[in-house]
Amino acid sequence: MSRQGAGVTEQLEAPAAAPIVHFQAVGMRYGRAPEVLRDIDLSLAPGSFHFLTGASGSGKSSLLKLIYLAQRPSRGMIRLFGHDVETTPRRDLPYLRRRVGVVFQEFRLLDHLSAFDNVALPLRIAGSKPQRYRGDVAELLDWVGLGERMHAMPPTLSGGEKQRLAIARAVVARPELLLADEPTGNVDPDMAARLLRLFVELNRLGTTVLIASHDQALVARAGQPVLHLQDGHLRDGVPR
Amino acid sequence: MTEAPLPQDWAHWRPAPLLPSGDGRDRALVFVVATLCFLACLTVFAALAGDRAAQGWRADLAASATVQVRPTGGESPAEASARAAEALAGVKGVTEARVLDRAEAERLLEPWLGKGNIPDDLPLPRLVTVDLDPAAPATPAALRAALAQARVDAELDDHSRWMKEVERAGLTVRAAALAAGALTAAAAAAVIAFATREGLAARRDVVEDLHLTGAQDRFVAGLFQRRFAALAARAGAWGAAFAMALAAAARFFGGAEGFTPVLPLEWTDLLAALPCPLLAALVAAFAARRTALSILRAEP
Repeated sequence: MSRQGAGVTEQLEAPAAAPIVHFQAVGMRYGRAPEVLRDIDLSLAPGSFHFLTGASGSGKSSLLKLIYLAQRPSRGMIRLFGHDVETTPRRDLPYLRRRVGVVFQEFRLLDHLSAFDNVALPLRIAGSKPQRYRGDVAELLDWVGLGERMHAMPPTLSGGEKQRLAIARAVVARPELLLADEPTGNVDPDMAARLLRLFVELNRLGTTVLIASHDQALVARAGQPVLHLQDGHLRDGVPR
Repeated sequence: MTEAPLPQDWAHWRPAPLLPSGDGRDRALVFVVATLCFLACLTVFAALAGDRAAQGWRADLAASATVQVRPTGGESPAEASARAAEALAGVKGVTEARVLDRAEAERLLEPWLGKGNIPDDLPLPRLVTVDLDPAAPATPAALRAALAQARVDAELDDHSRWMKEVERAGLTVRAAALAAGALTAAAAAAVIAFATREGLAARRDVVEDLHLTGAQDRFVAGLFQRRFAALAARAGAWGAAFAMALAAAARFFGGAEGFTPVLPLEWTDLLAALPCPLLAALVAAFAARRTALSILRAEP
């Protein structure tokens, strides 16, 4: 699998050794509601692997949304790949987003596209030609166990199949940062272990990984650092 | 839910469109845009025919003049008129100068006085009609000079007042057609803008996914732009086709008079509807892109 869209991202390369993600005193609220995230300081070094844990409603998804630029913070500063997202021109934000692969908790697959076209979506958006990506996409679908279902439409897939499809879509462009929101919530333990190996393999190849998960067994098995969210605050380590 | 073609058949495989295919709302939109295009084409036909009618009337008026003769010095009206016609016939640029006899003069008054209501002893103005050479018509000054030289007391009507009225009417027709065309285009743009807004709202999930996957605003706007341009081109073709069919029927059954005698239609006028699909597509593309960009730029 080759890294796609490198040409268009070169203009937004991070300064050497800068954190991939850097939060400084970040707070976030929805509308006029109380803050769901408070005074978040976070730094993800290039090539790091972290789990993000916390009770349901603790703000894990909100934190990920801030990183993949679906939400703006209410206060504080966020730097992504070394760029202050507040001051980065709007026209350049898509180039930052292309460097981030996201596995959404609700999958966010496009129901009118086949499994194959869903996985190929990031490559199409980055301007890659079908002749270039179709082999990689088919290979990846095969790897996540959907090789025989690449022609299926998402509504006909099971929850586990949709999850694997969402993961394949998130990693197909070899993102520099991979964010996953409960990526093993709908798969059996064997498939969960297999997907974890995929994340670890991507991490070994240089991708920074942040996985939000409830799955304590998965977190323990991975043996990677844990960031824990509690009452909107971020703490290092697994809570007792 | 149908299944997509097998990607293994690489030779025939093409990526699926990123926007879901149209639904019932598209058909309603095609109908509205086609109707607007139909009306716009009829407006163009009417403008062309009206312009042609105005030009014809102007040419007719410019090719003739009328002289009213007032007898003087014991000369009979018939003698004075004959002398005036003789003098005018000799002017360069006059093809014919002819005295209207009483019967012709009565016929001119019939619209006001009615047929047979003119007493025999009612004195009627003696008129001389002058036909001018369309290529090099005699000027009013030359005609007046000829009458003065022949010592005929007469009043020349060179129809310039009527020609100005006809020109004004022609300009009004053209301006009305232009305004109607602009209004139709604006209405089509408004409809497309509304449909784009609806389309963005209905496909919120798709737009958000594309957005979060790194699509630029212009990429997403381009999807809506292409969709609505294609839709408007199709609707424009339908509207133009119906308008051409109606105009062709009017021309076929109504002869050169087309819709009415005041709107003489030519077969070549029908060609004016041909750019309609392209213009509709351009208006739709502009409206859809502008609307989509304005909405997308309000996103985080």
